[in-house]
Amino acid sequence: MRWLLILTIAVMLSACSDEPWNDPYSKALSGGKVVYSSFSERPKHLDPARSYSSNEYAFIGQIYEPMLQYHFLKRPYELTTLTAAKMPEVSYFDAQGNRLAEGSADIAYSEYRLTIKPGIMYQPHPAFARFSADAYEYHQLNETDLIDKHTLADFKHHATRELTVDDYIYQVKRLADSKTHSPIAGVMAEYIVGFSDFQEKIKELRSKSAPAFLDLREIDMAGLKKTDDHTFTIRINKTYPQFRFWLAMPFFAPMPWEADSFYSQPLLKKKNITLDWFPIGTGPFMLSENNPNLRMVLKKNPHFHGETYPVEGDPGDAEQGLLEDAGKTLPLIDRAIYSLEKENIPYWNKFLQGYYDTSGVSSDSFDQAIQFNATGDANLTEQMAGKGIDLMTAVTTSISYMGFNMTDKLVGGDSERARLLRRAISIAIDYEEYISIFANGRGIAAQGPLPPGIFGHREGDHNHYIYHKQQNRLKRKSVEHAKQLLDEAGYENGRDPETGKPLVLYFDVTASGPDDKARLNWVRKQFEKIGIQLVLRTTDYNRFQEKMRKGTAQIFWWGWNADYPDPENFLFLLYGENSKVEHGGENAANYANPEFDKLFVQMKNMPNGEQRQQIINQMIEILRKDAPWIWGFHPKAFSLFHQWYKNVKPNLMANNTLKYKRVEAEIRAQQQQQWNQPVVWPLWLIGIVLVLSILPAIRIYRQHEQRRAK
Amino acid sequence: MIAYIIRRLLYAIPILLGVNIFTFTLFFVVNSPDDMARMHLGVKRVTPEAVESWKAERGYEKPLLVNAEQQGLAKLTDTIFFQKSVNLFVFNFGQSDSGRDILYDISQRMWPSLAIAIPVLLVGLLINITFALLIAFFRATYIDIWGVVLCVIMMSISGLFYIIGGQFVASKLLHLVPISGYETGVASIKFLILPVIIGVIGGIGAGTRWYRTLFLEEINKDYVRTARAKGLAEQMILFRHVFKNALIPILTGVVVILPLLFMGSLITESFFGIPGLGSYTIDAINNQDFAIVRAMVFLGSVLYIIGLILTDISYTFVDPRVRLS
Repeated sequence: MRWLLILTIAVMLSACSDEPWNDPYSKALSGGKVVYSSFSERPKHLDPARSYSSNEYAFIGQIYEPMLQYHFLKRPYELTTLTAAKMPEVSYFDAQGNRLAEGSADIAYSEYRLTIKPGIMYQPHPAFARFSADAYEYHQLNETDLIDKHTLADFKHHATRELTVDDYIYQVKRLADSKTHSPIAGVMAEYIVGFSDFQEKIKELRSKSAPAFLDLREIDMAGLKKTDDHTFTIRINKTYPQFRFWLAMPFFAPMPWEADSFYSQPLLKKKNITLDWFPIGTGPFMLSENNPNLRMVLKKNPHFHGETYPVEGDPGDAEQGLLEDAGKTLPLIDRAIYSLEKENIPYWNKFLQGYYDTSGVSSDSFDQAIQFNATGDANLTEQMAGKGIDLMTAVTTSISYMGFNMTDKLVGGDSERARLLRRAISIAIDYEEYISIFANGRGIAAQGPLPPGIFGHREGDHNHYIYHKQQNRLKRKSVEHAKQLLDEAGYENGRDPETGKPLVLYFDVTASGPDDKARLNWVRKQFEKIGIQLVLRTTDYNRFQEKMRKGTAQIFWWGWNADYPDPENFLFLLYGENSKVEHGGENAANYANPEFDKLFVQMKNMPNGEQRQQIINQMIEILRKDAPWIWGFHPKAFSLFHQWYKNVKPNLMANNTLKYKRVEAEIRAQQQQQWNQPVVWPLWLIGIVLVLSILPAIRIYRQHEQRRAK
Repeated sequence: MIAYIIRRLLYAIPILLGVNIFTFTLFFVVNSPDDMARMHLGVKRVTPEAVESWKAERGYEKPLLVNAEQQGLAKLTDTIFFQKSVNLFVFNFGQSDSGRDILYDISQRMWPSLAIAIPVLLVGLLINITFALLIAFFRATYIDIWGVVLCVIMMSISGLFYIIGGQFVASKLLHLVPISGYETGVASIKFLILPVIIGVIGGIGAGTRWYRTLFLEEINKDYVRTARAKGLAEQMILFRHVFKNALIPILTGVVVILPLLFMGSLITESFFGIPGLGSYTIDAINNQDFAIVRAMVFLGSVLYIIGLILTDISYTFVDPRVRLS
């Protein structure tokens, strides 16, 4: 009875409040300079040495700070400093250690001299709490100490300290430690001097004894030299200009040894208090709540070093209001609340109710949100525009493609027959139609491996093997032309000359849902247009990967998302030395063309400029001719945001853009109030209907009770 | 009774062993330790060395069931199956393959699941039994006929429809409750009202029909006729006599699921953003986290066995004729 009373009072109190009844945030979480967003999948890792996916970067990008970052507004993407005091100074040396000029032929090493700003402090964290100068409060915890500790907030004392280059050096060493499982350890072992030796040393030490905490400060890595607390150098083999891009990724964020020591305690691990769950950084935000089954909350780091909003951008940025906050101290919000939304329906409705500031556009809600005008441009529907919602689109720096296994006897190899067959298939598969049907027009057909926004991509350039220009518009070559190519390849009317039967090809793909069925039927029909029978070999992702590793797939579907804005990051997917079967690399098509490989090595180490563009053009031409991929499409991202959400500009490289965002909380509160007024009369109606429906029952009951026995 | 319970618990050991072998076999038929390592390490730039290192750290580098390289008993004990199974029998679930303590996660996530499941069960039982008794009371009238028709319609509608429809009406159209989300304590009430109401409504059709059948079966028995002949009021007959005698089959259905309540509901929790255990096993299967899968299947089996034992015990309370021996 008492509970019933509490429940009634709670409902009555909530009804008396001015707040909308359907507000999904408690008082503690709502109001003020807060960004409300969502995530659909629990981030697997929050350790910057391990994280390598966009849903993880959405969090750790705001917490950890590498030395460099991408300029928020300038395009093409431009690297700028973050914790670095200046951009890295690169020196070149020969094998004897003599200094060389940039571009010299016999460069054996490049040395990156990196200087960080003084006075940058870490977020408050128990790992830094001390009893005295060299005695840490929580580095040797026992079971009694941990009885009431379940999260970092349960530790009484939190402290901070200044960021030094030791923390960057420590993190590079962590990348090498096999216990960390960093996905880039293999790549870095190729470049950073002494990385492999360090890996061996660690392995040996761990095989002798298995301490819970191995202090990596005590083991040297030859390529890392500290000059002072704010300067150090990284020596890498030969030249690798793309290394500067890695310096802007969370892999190269600082890690204080205190954190490693703190989190290495087995008793803490048993309590699920790990670095992978509770990050520690110098960035504008810190993770104050990590419950990925419900929500994750980023709170302003009280020690953030006072970075300011950029004062310059691209032409047009000022007109769009993107420079209104120029020079203001970042971050512009106090908190960001990310709620778990596994299903599209509640996610979309909460956005429309004003409880999320931004939203993607799923296929379910596409027609409600987007309409195309006569010229094919995407616009908002009247309903969306009427709510003050804005649309932002951007072609992503990624590619979705179909690849041919070049080691396959039928579709692979360097013969003219196979080349013509691949080109014929490339023409037959109408990616414009695919984008229209399956991506709601969200994408552009690829003309080669490089997406727009990456150096080397030429606007207006087209793959002349697949397209021709007609009245200044690109038109895919006809199916008849594809059939002609097939004839030239020896497959007249798509028939195998040896058997006389239609040519049969095999398509390996991961597929699970009903949507995939329609998609795969569409692919099959594209092959049918030129008389080829396509056998679909759908499988789970494990088996698919195994086939790719073993090279037993014939045609496959895959994609790539840029790590950094350099053509090397796409063209290396077709470099012979990276072939998946032979070298375990990312060249899934196992394509190997000596001419292309030679140009790749040359292009890889060049600065962006006309000469590099020329080489890239040659490489693209080779690829278009050989057609190891059916070039597929570059997806276009559509995102919606409310009128109160400010400083929105797509930046596909930066993952730390939350600090630039601003919200006009008063407008949001007003709109939420206006859009979510409770409608109560149907409840009364239901009550009345229920009461009325009981009356006949009462009548029957009375009749029954008053009936005489027969 | 104690001897009976001990005997039942001993019977459970081979059942649990069988379930464990079955889970192990099914899991490793679909996934190899290499696949698991690649799933945890990510897709991009994973080296074979990293895969081997991941497996070695978690003990997945050993043979699955028989270690031919070992001698004697070690042939069976130095295997993935033995190493990963033996601790389960002392309820030490250990850590998930992603490094989190499984028991701690379960203890955190079971409460939101219970917060929905218990009210749905209790309110649902109350409403279903009341409706069933009402329909039984008005048997052979238009209330009975249309009640059954309504029940059939309600049980024919998918649970997903109730959820989506409920969210659309209550939250989107009427703005009465949040469409999804969760808080702890009293603040959780506004998040739980809708899933609980939907859970109850979704179960009315099947529940009422089942209980109606039980009551009607009892209502035609001799002791009911005798009661009527004695001049007892119909509601007295229904509540005092028919209800009590129909309790055994009701208990069979209810008590057996009691221990399983905290396992949660996948769809409800997913749509309402409730951080319960509903998706724990499914997520683990998708992430190829064998440690969680085996722990949850084992726990599910244990709880089911406990549920069956509890059901047997409960019979002795509702029916004095039943004796456990």
